[in-house]
Amino acid sequence: MGEFIHSVILNKDLCMGCINCIKRCPTEAIRVRDGKAHIIAERCIDCGECIRICPHHAKQPSYDPLSVLENYAYTIALPPPSFYAQFNNLEEPDLILAALLDFGFDEVYEVAQAAELVSDATRHVLQTEQVQKPVISSACPAVTRLIRVRYPDLINHVLPILAPVEYAARIARQEAMNKTGLPAEKIGCIFLTPCPAKVTAFRAPIGSKKSEVDAAVAVKEIYPRLLGYMKKRQTAENIGRAGRIGLGWAESGGESAGLISTDSYLAADGIENVIRVLEDLEDEKYSDLDFVELDACAGGCVGGVLQVENPYIAKAKLKKLRRYMPVSKNHLENHIPHNMLWDSDLEYAPVMELGETRAESFSMYTRLEEIRDSLPGLDCGSCGAPTCEALAEDIVRGNADIDDCVVLMRQRMEAVLKALGKDAEKNAKDAAQAQNPLPL
Amino acid sequence: MAEVITLEYTVPGDDFTRAGEASADMKSRLKKLGLPADVVRRAAIALYEGEINLAIHAHGGCICVTVSEGVIKMVLADKGPGIENIALAMSEGYSTAPDEVRSLGFGAGMGLPNMKKYSDVFDIESTVGVGTTIQMEVNIS
Repeated sequence: MGEFIHSVILNKDLCMGCINCIKRCPTEAIRVRDGKAHIIAERCIDCGECIRICPHHAKQPSYDPLSVLENYAYTIALPPPSFYAQFNNLEEPDLILAALLDFGFDEVYEVAQAAELVSDATRHVLQTEQVQKPVISSACPAVTRLIRVRYPDLINHVLPILAPVEYAARIARQEAMNKTGLPAEKIGCIFLTPCPAKVTAFRAPIGSKKSEVDAAVAVKEIYPRLLGYMKKRQTAENIGRAGRIGLGWAESGGESAGLISTDSYLAADGIENVIRVLEDLEDEKYSDLDFVELDACAGGCVGGVLQVENPYIAKAKLKKLRRYMPVSKNHLENHIPHNMLWDSDLEYAPVMELGETRAESFSMYTRLEEIRDSLPGLDCGSCGAPTCEALAEDIVRGNADIDDCVVLMRQRMEAVLKALGKDAEKNAKDAAQAQNPLPL
Repeated sequence: MAEVITLEYTVPGDDFTRAGEASADMKSRLKKLGLPADVVRRAAIALYEGEINLAIHAHGGCICVTVSEGVIKMVLADKGPGIENIALAMSEGYSTAPDEVRSLGFGAGMGLPNMKKYSDVFDIESTVGVGTTIQMEVNIS
């Protein structure tokens, strides 16, 4: 199961075995077994909801330490547009870009630059109708993963173009190789990631055979370090190379707005809302849409679980930052470059099916219903599954036992105690009678 | 193996916030059964159209879905006003939906035509003042 690699990990010492994460998980991918949360790898889409909800901080995102810079002769920082919205009182992103160089990166390539090129390419795809409409954005890796396991009929709607960060890494590495003469492997393309889904996208890419992003460091780790450098330098030269469209990608609706060519689009954010839209898209409820933008995090990438700023405050800051920028500073030359397209297809991974064959699925389903109907229907989660139905499914899959239901267990215990109690009463009476036989 | 799975739903009348629950539930169950994606999609679309009709026109009704290995059968029954002219009702764009329903984006007159389009067998029986029963089948390839 190499393709189901994840970037959400559990710190077992901190996990209390409570039910917060199993209840929140949008794909029902978590179970509490033996007092600890376990992720069902093939169902997890790395959305990060469990990290957000865990009151004990037991669910943690996996990313690279800042020391990863030492592994490369030449390092390129790839800051996403949402990164700029984390800072206060900025008029231009230049100060951040300069501070990244001061921090120790040899080069900065803004992901927003590549985003503007992806916007150009998407416009081209829509005009030439190469992909079935409505075209669904592939920029949020959690959404792409969700489609892969749950919405096979929507796969041919997914935009087969690399996410901006991936394309940014490709261009940046090539430019750095030309400039320095270094071999590809000596150059480190390092993303400042807002979420664990992006980390997974580099470790187990969808759409490309190999990711060009070498490492991902968390925004929350680099942010405090960068503040010091920004304070020290106060001013910076005009080095920003992205416009309003590129920066707009930071928030929900920004990618769509950047298309300009169409206003027939839908943008949804927050994983539960995304699921509702995908269900409706599958049922062909929006027939005349050109484009659908879906972000797993509320607010878009500014809402990533590794960001430091409140997503809605970040949006307000972004608005201010973009105000005097030109619309776009990066353009394609008429055609979509070959290295911007996916080189491997998105393939359906059927993880919801119960059995290996249809016949097996049918009989397992019948059993599932029987078991579900025998359960109390409280969806309390105490068994470690999010709902009674999920427990029934786990039982037929052989991953749980009916005795895991604490409500049923208590009923049985009470029955046993009652029986024992009657026995005990009788025994006591018998004993009393034996001691003081009634006069005949 | 002749296993048959039965799913039953009650659709409340005039409640648009709940219309769609039955087809959504059926869809997630059909996916667990490992049925082809296209079959699941067609059945869900046809049932959703039917559900909306039950809510708009019939003051609610009931749905019974039976799934065997070869076919999905969906029966929608109501005790609503019935349909006077079935042929007219089946024509695209014809609708008797009231304005407040149209303003919600429903009532385009495509419900029955779409139910027929997405199913392999479509049968409708209706008596004015008594109710309507629709039977649809989607073959599982």
